[in-house]
Amino acid sequence: MSVRRLADEQPANFEFTPENLVWVEAQIAKYPEGRQASAVIPLLWQAQKQHNYWLPKPAIEKVAEMLDMPFIRVLEVATFYTMFNLEPVGRFFIQMCGTTPCMLRGSDDIKAVLQRRVGEQRKVSADGNFCWLEVECLGACCNAPMVQINDDYYEDLSAQNFETLLDDLAAGRPVHIGSQTGRSTSEPAGGLTSLTSFYGADGHSGPASATSKS
Amino acid sequence: MTKIVVDGVEVDVPGEYTLLQACEEAGAEIPRFCFHERLSIAGNCRMCLVELKGAPKPIASCAWSVKDCRPGPNGELPTVVTKSPTVKKARNGVMEFLLINHPLDCPICDQGGECDLQDQAMAFGVDTSRYEENKRAVEDKYIGPLVRTSMNRCIHCTRCVRFTAEVAGTGDMGAIGRGEDMEITTYLETAMGSELQGNVADLCPVGALLPKPYAFKARPWELGKTESIDVMDGLGSAIRVDVRGREVMRILPRVNEAVNEEWISDKTRQVVDGLKSQRLDRPYIRRDGRLVAASWGEAFAAIAARVSATTPARIGALAGDLASVEDMFALKSLMQGLGVTNIDCRQDGTKLHPAMGRASYIFNPTVAGIEQADAILIIGSNPRKESPVLNARILKRWRMGNLPVGLIGERVELTYDYQYLGAGAETLAELASGRGFAEVLAKAQRPIVIVGQGALMRTDGLAVLAAAAKLAHPSPEWNGLAILHTAAARVGGLDLGFVPGAGGLDAWAMTRPGALDVLFNLGADEIDVAPGAFVVYQGTHGDRGAHRADVILPSAAYTEKSGTYVNMEGRVQFADRANFAPGDAREDWAILRALSDVLGATLGFDSLPALRKALYAAHPHFARLDAIEAGGLTFATQTFELQPGAFTSAVQDFYLTNPIARASAVMAECSALAKGRLQQAAE
Repeated sequence: MSVRRLADEQPANFEFTPENLVWVEAQIAKYPEGRQASAVIPLLWQAQKQHNYWLPKPAIEKVAEMLDMPFIRVLEVATFYTMFNLEPVGRFFIQMCGTTPCMLRGSDDIKAVLQRRVGEQRKVSADGNFCWLEVECLGACCNAPMVQINDDYYEDLSAQNFETLLDDLAAGRPVHIGSQTGRSTSEPAGGLTSLTSFYGADGHSGPASATSKS
Repeated sequence: MTKIVVDGVEVDVPGEYTLLQACEEAGAEIPRFCFHERLSIAGNCRMCLVELKGAPKPIASCAWSVKDCRPGPNGELPTVVTKSPTVKKARNGVMEFLLINHPLDCPICDQGGECDLQDQAMAFGVDTSRYEENKRAVEDKYIGPLVRTSMNRCIHCTRCVRFTAEVAGTGDMGAIGRGEDMEITTYLETAMGSELQGNVADLCPVGALLPKPYAFKARPWELGKTESIDVMDGLGSAIRVDVRGREVMRILPRVNEAVNEEWISDKTRQVVDGLKSQRLDRPYIRRDGRLVAASWGEAFAAIAARVSATTPARIGALAGDLASVEDMFALKSLMQGLGVTNIDCRQDGTKLHPAMGRASYIFNPTVAGIEQADAILIIGSNPRKESPVLNARILKRWRMGNLPVGLIGERVELTYDYQYLGAGAETLAELASGRGFAEVLAKAQRPIVIVGQGALMRTDGLAVLAAAAKLAHPSPEWNGLAILHTAAARVGGLDLGFVPGAGGLDAWAMTRPGALDVLFNLGADEIDVAPGAFVVYQGTHGDRGAHRADVILPSAAYTEKSGTYVNMEGRVQFADRANFAPGDAREDWAILRALSDVLGATLGFDSLPALRKALYAAHPHFARLDAIEAGGLTFATQTFELQPGAFTSAVQDFYLTNPIARASAVMAECSALAKGRLQQAAE
């Protein structure tokens, strides 16, 4: 964490797209008359998604006008939450978890890959594809180490499969969201060790296998 | 009422009191930074920790209400301890945390000597630091021309943020970032837009926000402090004038719950430099078209020559907006002695007149009464510019909820929502016939109809007044007719009867070409006097009045004389002298007394007490300080035809309404900034 400021270079203006405007108005309508300010986080989030995953100054002002809030109130929210990127990010914004469980499972290797391939934190790579940031626990410790790329989690990483993942993303090839070693959700890495009489006999796991068994 | 035991003392306090207030009631002093009586509770400084029996940890007394305390297991009263070793240790810990990042720059900090942090560190601080890490460094922010920032010193109490959001109503300031990186700032370092922004420097418990024009000028212990009354607008805010030697260094608010609570406007506070520039410090006489310095004797002789060469019908007197009651009484007495009936204290041409009764020209519901209002109609006024502190009181009432506000006049930003009814007299006529917002007012128990001078100085001003009085439907319990004055001298002048006598000319008629031979002008700078008349200008600054003058008599400004002022509510207030007038300038009553001798109409008093004795004999209510003489409901509400036309506010440039403000460089800068904002908003 450090002092967060708006980007030096800002677009001239910001308007929600017609589809987003419909969504945004539905969010505002959730709150009673005079309490529209409650919708500030969803609106900023949608604005950020629309604007290549970062939040420009005109968007902050646009949201303030839509919700009848002083500009500073919206700026407070935008600077408080680190999920709002105030500076441009790459096409793929990688948030790498470096908290204890991920670190014990090898997040340092992932970090080394990022440092080598992408460069410094918060700097967009030369091709505009990547930008990374070390963050605190993202809550997927059982599949450590992991990263979040844009909206999705990529888990069970190693230096090799992470390199492959980055290659695939850069090349525009389809990638698998979730575990990169093929395990389902957060089951034990070496296969089921308990309740095997109910699950897993057919090589599958979870409720689907129970259904297929009966 | 709820009973609670504080340090062994049982007190009975309202349940909604916070523990902090209950402790104060019991005589225990609680240190605090973020808590402020007039702002919402933040509970973030943690300095007010106390022990509450049954609570596992020390609790923040400012954020815990008395009714939330549970009784003991056997029904004992809730017990609070404020002096235990635990409390002391907890506060020491909080203080240590606050001081981790606070710079040790007290010797170069303007807050030094009147700093809450400094004072409380003496009680709860330790003499050494356990921290060897670097202190946090924060960029200083630009937040306007009136407040200087030193953000390293900020302890994040957020008083300034809450003030701009809740009292000023502009929401200028905020806290960006979080945790250690939290910073107090305005939106992208723009200047604050409030007319009350100077108050954030008073609220700041440390030296992070300080008055910019006063930076590095003086130390609090060098200053002589005089309690006085402000004359920048009609509200008569309570102020304290701090003086070093002969120089006014700063002006601060005093608490007066009935008038200004503890806020003052930026004009009141920062007009100080205007008191030192453009001052008239010796008499002048116009010779061959040029003003040349003269002695008092020469000036008086020149006046006497002119006065003796004309008749009383060709002499007139005007009193300006900053004149005290004593000054106007002396001038009126002098004019009576000369047999002159052409006198007027209404240079803006307002149609208010004492003949209609006192209730027709004062703010009848009183300023504190605004908090009881259940509907407000504003006619031809922009209270935010005409009296920002009064506007803050309306905002305070509006924030309590259920207050319909209607506005007839210019569409302006008032910091609270209002229903825009129309631009002018047409809308007022419609309301007077009982339609629209008039129904809201008719249903209200305690309606307030605020009438601005902008509507009253039109030719149909009396009709506006009559319509407003009808809409306010006064009852014996509640008179909602509220005249918003912009001039500090006005109500006093009307109380004195400083209006044309039988057959006398009013201010407008006196200033027409060829109306008079000699005009005495007591500080009226906002009126143009046509060429022809011999003008004797008695005032403080080389402003419009002095430029038109043939003889200038230099006088004392409001901080330099002892005087009585009557505010818009009709409240008689006393302003004491804080320093002395520059050069040869004298107090106005003394000048008039000396002049009366030369003119052969000697006034019957030789001292201020003698003048006051005569004044109180003629108008007994001036002797009752801080009281409001009951207005009564005697004024005639004749019906007049309203003439079509839009109402405009009497104050277009808040920062430059009087000669003192026009001489101030700080006010000029504020005015330019405000104009820039206005243009930006228009684009």
